[in-house]
Amino acid sequence: MTPNLPLVILVGVMVAAGVTLVLERSLTRILIGFVLIGNGVSVLFLVVSGPAGTAPIVGLSDKPMSDPLPQAMVLTAIVITLGVTAFGLALAYRAWQLTGHDDVQDDVEDDLIRRRAEQDETSASFDAADAALPDEEGSDAPAQHPEIHEVPDATVPEALSTGSRGEADDSGGEDS
Amino acid sequence: MNQIVLLPVILPLLGAGLCLVFGRSARAQRVISIAILALVVTVSAVLLYRADHFGPQTVNVGGWPADIGISLVADRLSALMLLVSTIVTLCVLLYSFGQGIVEFGRDAPLSVFHPTFLVLSAGVSNAFLSADLFNLFVGFEILLVSSYVLITLGGTGARVRSGTIYIVVSMISSVVFLVAIACVYAATGTVNFAALSGRIADLPPEVSTLLQLLLLTTFCIKAAVFPLSAWLPDSYPTAPAPVTAVFAGLLTKVGIYAIIRTQTLLFPDSDLRTLLLWAAVFTMVVGILGAVAQSDIKRILSFTLVSHIGYMLFGVALGSTAGLSGAIFYIAHHITVQTTLFLVAGLIEYRSSTTNLDKLGGLARAAPVLSVMFFVPAMNLAGIPPFSGFLGKLALVQAGVDDHRWLSYVAVAAAVVTSLLTLYAIAKVWNRAFWQPAEPEHEAGDDLGSDSHGGSMHGRSGVSTKTERTSTWKVADESDEQRLPLGMVLPTVLLVGCSVALTVVAGPMLAFTTRAADELMQRSPYIVAVLGGGA
Repeated sequence: MTPNLPLVILVGVMVAAGVTLVLERSLTRILIGFVLIGNGVSVLFLVVSGPAGTAPIVGLSDKPMSDPLPQAMVLTAIVITLGVTAFGLALAYRAWQLTGHDDVQDDVEDDLIRRRAEQDETSASFDAADAALPDEEGSDAPAQHPEIHEVPDATVPEALSTGSRGEADDSGGEDS
Repeated sequence: MNQIVLLPVILPLLGAGLCLVFGRSARAQRVISIAILALVVTVSAVLLYRADHFGPQTVNVGGWPADIGISLVADRLSALMLLVSTIVTLCVLLYSFGQGIVEFGRDAPLSVFHPTFLVLSAGVSNAFLSADLFNLFVGFEILLVSSYVLITLGGTGARVRSGTIYIVVSMISSVVFLVAIACVYAATGTVNFAALSGRIADLPPEVSTLLQLLLLTTFCIKAAVFPLSAWLPDSYPTAPAPVTAVFAGLLTKVGIYAIIRTQTLLFPDSDLRTLLLWAAVFTMVVGILGAVAQSDIKRILSFTLVSHIGYMLFGVALGSTAGLSGAIFYIAHHITVQTTLFLVAGLIEYRSSTTNLDKLGGLARAAPVLSVMFFVPAMNLAGIPPFSGFLGKLALVQAGVDDHRWLSYVAVAAAVVTSLLTLYAIAKVWNRAFWQPAEPEHEAGDDLGSDSHGGSMHGRSGVSTKTERTSTWKVADESDEQRLPLGMVLPTVLLVGCSVALTVVAGPMLAFTTRAADELMQRSPYIVAVLGGGA
């Protein structure tokens, strides 16, 4: 099998761009990145199917046929990618409804450790100077406040926590 | 007669369609989903019998030859996985009825739950039965997409938060899987397992190692093997109890199943066994250390789930018949036990409206039946002698000792240490939730306020497993809160019974898993059944 070089380069570019986007924090960007990677992989299947040929119907032509199997696979993969993307968009919208942003949150352990660190509850190795630094570069989420007592609402922006959106964080959806 | 191999995939999909048609009647949905799953259990039992006595059962969908069409195969391993998983699915479904009636009233508006659950079951069956990589991918996607829906059910803040991580990780693993399939096809021109097993051997070793690494990465993400397991303890605990239970029982096991299938069939003498053994060691030890550090029952259980995946991987990595047999036995044991424990955690949450150990107490006196229901599977998980957990671990340890490599001795030591630490983690739950005197008050309302110390899991919206319950119904039936609903207890008791029964039939069961492992090691029955026979 001789791979098609321009297609291979296209796959590389799309997947690289996609991976860059997936490393963002916003769920919408991650989804766009996922779509790029998905399309890149679909093109990869075209590379896999070998050189282009005639339509894969026996007896139509004497020239070599193209391999239909990867095309059947890539069709399935495209449908699946589409469905997952639609679900992801709905999820991003819901996250935006609930919190005012669609950032992927830190996981629970990270949160817990940071809160303990900010309270200076744990170890001698905790460096107080770090607590004043912003949470993470590139984060669109509001920085955590040093005063811990308001932690339950710390991820909700001030402007929203007074409105009904902030309330929906806990109980929304169950009654809808 | 071979056509019944199709039924475990088709029936749930059909049932899901019917459930959507009857979306307005919760009763009709219930009847349909129970009938369908009961039927699938029967079919799986028949398949198990036939696979054991007449060799692998195959069917080529649409009559296409196996190497270009889709074929489904039930050999001993698939049939056993199928039977255990469908029994567990059925019990969890019954449990969810009990919970649904209690929480939402008789005519629950949650019309998507049953169809999604059935689709999940179809996806799991498809993954277990599929005889080619691409169909395996489709099976994975079916079960993953329905798991996305189930894990974000209701769309509350906590579930969206944990669901996001889960979904992004799963999407990435699916893409890696697709790349792996593309590479396999490019290198060999087929995706059929049986055909691949011959062709991969002809590839240059670097290429086959690359393919193996790609496939292993995918499956290890799904199975939550150590370096790729960080997503699991964050995602599972927030979902509703039945959903977590079925995820814990089935989804990671599908990953392990895929690892077993590809390792034995495609890469029988691979160089990556050492890597897998190390992964198994770290999965066991790091996972259980996570469990020891937690103070929430659901999170402890999630970490033990990760940790015990290491046992199965250990058995696979040994690459001997004894190791595989132990791994298969352990999978069957672990599916039932882990599911039961999550269901019991759901009952504890129902009874005390929290699963946080800092707030629980005195359950042994207040709810003796619940204590027994927790104690039996918990001891089973920890591997206390009479139970199947002990027998599975013993089989694995014996296989490890027989391997005579220093690394397998390390793994055996890790397995023993993990077992002890599991006992410690479980004993911690037992002491604090069941034995320590109850707090003077653990009312439904106070968990948001009492959070000034950082150790508490609760209090931060999005962290709590409890806040997703609105307090309306909780307050309304405070009076009969003392009694656990029978609809939730009976399926749990049934599963506890199943896990104990696994101990009783352990002898024939181990003989069966040895036959299954033997079949996997020989490879020829599977290959002949797929490529030679078929409908």
